[in-house]
Amino acid sequence: MFSRAYKTAVTLPPLVWVTAFLLMPYLLMFCYSFWSVSASQTIVHSWNLDNYRQLLQVDVYWQTLLRSMWIAARVTIFSLLLGYPLAYFLSFYAGKRKDLLYQFVIIPLWVSYLVRAYAWKTILGSEGVLNTLLQYAHLTRHPLEFLLYSPFAVVLTLTHIYTPFAFLPIYAALEHIPRNLVEASHDLGATPRQTFWKVIFPLSIPGVVAGATFAFVLSLGDFLAPLLLGGPSGIMISNIVVSLFGAAYNWPLGAAISLCMLLLVLGLLFCSERLEKKWSFS
Amino acid sequence: MELLVKENNTLSNSPWLLLHASAVFAFLYLPIAVLILYSFNGEGVGGFPPRHLTLGWYRILFADGPIWDSVLNSLQVAAAAVVIALGFGVPAALALDRTQFFGKALFRRLVLLPLILPGIITGLSLLMLFNVSGTKLSLLTIILGHGTALISVATTEVFAGLQKLDRAQEEASLDLGANYWQTFWRITVPNLKLPIVGAALLIFTLSMDEIAVSFFLIGRDNTLPLEIWGRLRRGITPEINAVSTIIFLFSLVAIVLWYRLRVRSEPDVDVGSEIVQTAEGHTI
Repeated sequence: MFSRAYKTAVTLPPLVWVTAFLLMPYLLMFCYSFWSVSASQTIVHSWNLDNYRQLLQVDVYWQTLLRSMWIAARVTIFSLLLGYPLAYFLSFYAGKRKDLLYQFVIIPLWVSYLVRAYAWKTILGSEGVLNTLLQYAHLTRHPLEFLLYSPFAVVLTLTHIYTPFAFLPIYAALEHIPRNLVEASHDLGATPRQTFWKVIFPLSIPGVVAGATFAFVLSLGDFLAPLLLGGPSGIMISNIVVSLFGAAYNWPLGAAISLCMLLLVLGLLFCSERLEKKWSFS
Repeated sequence: MELLVKENNTLSNSPWLLLHASAVFAFLYLPIAVLILYSFNGEGVGGFPPRHLTLGWYRILFADGPIWDSVLNSLQVAAAAVVIALGFGVPAALALDRTQFFGKALFRRLVLLPLILPGIITGLSLLMLFNVSGTKLSLLTIILGHGTALISVATTEVFAGLQKLDRAQEEASLDLGANYWQTFWRITVPNLKLPIVGAALLIFTLSMDEIAVSFFLIGRDNTLPLEIWGRLRRGITPEINAVSTIIFLFSLVAIVLWYRLRVRSEPDVDVGSEIVQTAEGHTI
């Protein structure tokens, strides 16, 4: 029913825009990663693999990448441990209060990321709320220094930020489980524990995979929480990229690291899509 | 039997789940509560118990020129980002719904990518584009960045609306002699009013809060999150708590508005989870 002109009119403008402002920049990042910087701080457009060689040879790069993945993995696990039982509780036990409680999980999601990271900083600092509270209650005599400027602070803050992200798809998956399956399981004599592990949990796996992917990918690329709360031991891979694009002025090397991150993310998305398809029941 | 299951599933039968849920809610809301409480604390950001409650920080905030300049900048950026994101996101949704073309699958993935990609990658790739093309960084480059990244939100919201749209109305309009342009404005857009308004609200809020992409595209004028960021680096005062509290209240209003819109348009939709799911390409 739609004419050729209509189809062109709705297809062409977004196609051109997306090509210019998404595809081109990604391709440019790809090109940059093969260029280099001269001694006089200009970009040399000669193609070589030096940046990638450096990534493999200089310890700090791949070690930081591994540490970032470890931080992201911890954030993912904690977000799931917090998000899954909460989603299960809301979906199966909250009754009439379900919708209200659901909104209460959503609200923090829309509170500015920066504001929440900052709030944790004011809580965890050596003069912060938690330390002064502990001393006020005579539980400690000196401020606990490990709370702020540590990987602990980064993991805690990112877990706080990504728990609702992990919760949402799990909740959606649980809500889509036909209730008569659960009833059938009860009727056939399964204990609640058996029903959970044999019926409910397997059906919720696609949601778990989606939530885990989100939490892992977004925390892997984070650079603001580590800058604000991480201290020297909490540096993540994006912080290295930021410094390469700033003071260290080595855009090509920064582009090479970014491209590795991009490929890692795309690979994860691909795997998670496959996993979700494999476990989906509809 | 149904009764039996219901009896099983009451709050009193699940003390551990209830306890866990309470703890998670406490964890989610603790920082927000602390933030708001200490915006009234005369003694500064830390220190327990809070002492000398005061409105002084709000008074300082309202007299703070640079903050309000950055608020104006952010409002402009957000408004322009809404225009760009809808201007390209609505046609993109129509294209994904109604046309077949070479590279459509790639196009769909590209449009949605900024939703799931860490902001640093989107920001840096655009920075390189502007650098190569000799574009000076300014609010305009931030607008282009936000607008482009948030096309994803407009497209997913409008595409979801299109799935529920009855095409017979558009067909009738075309049969009765209206041209495509008239049909678009008089039939398609009014039918998509709620997803479009919802998307606009969401894009506006997300743009107001955005920092990871802006971080790399900033020129001389700061947006509000970057102004706050700059001050955090210099040292912290309850003035930041005060401005954060105000942002929180505004976000809250926007969320409530958005939520009511969504519930009104589709009473049984999984509000919110849609965004997460669409990011991974579930609905499209």
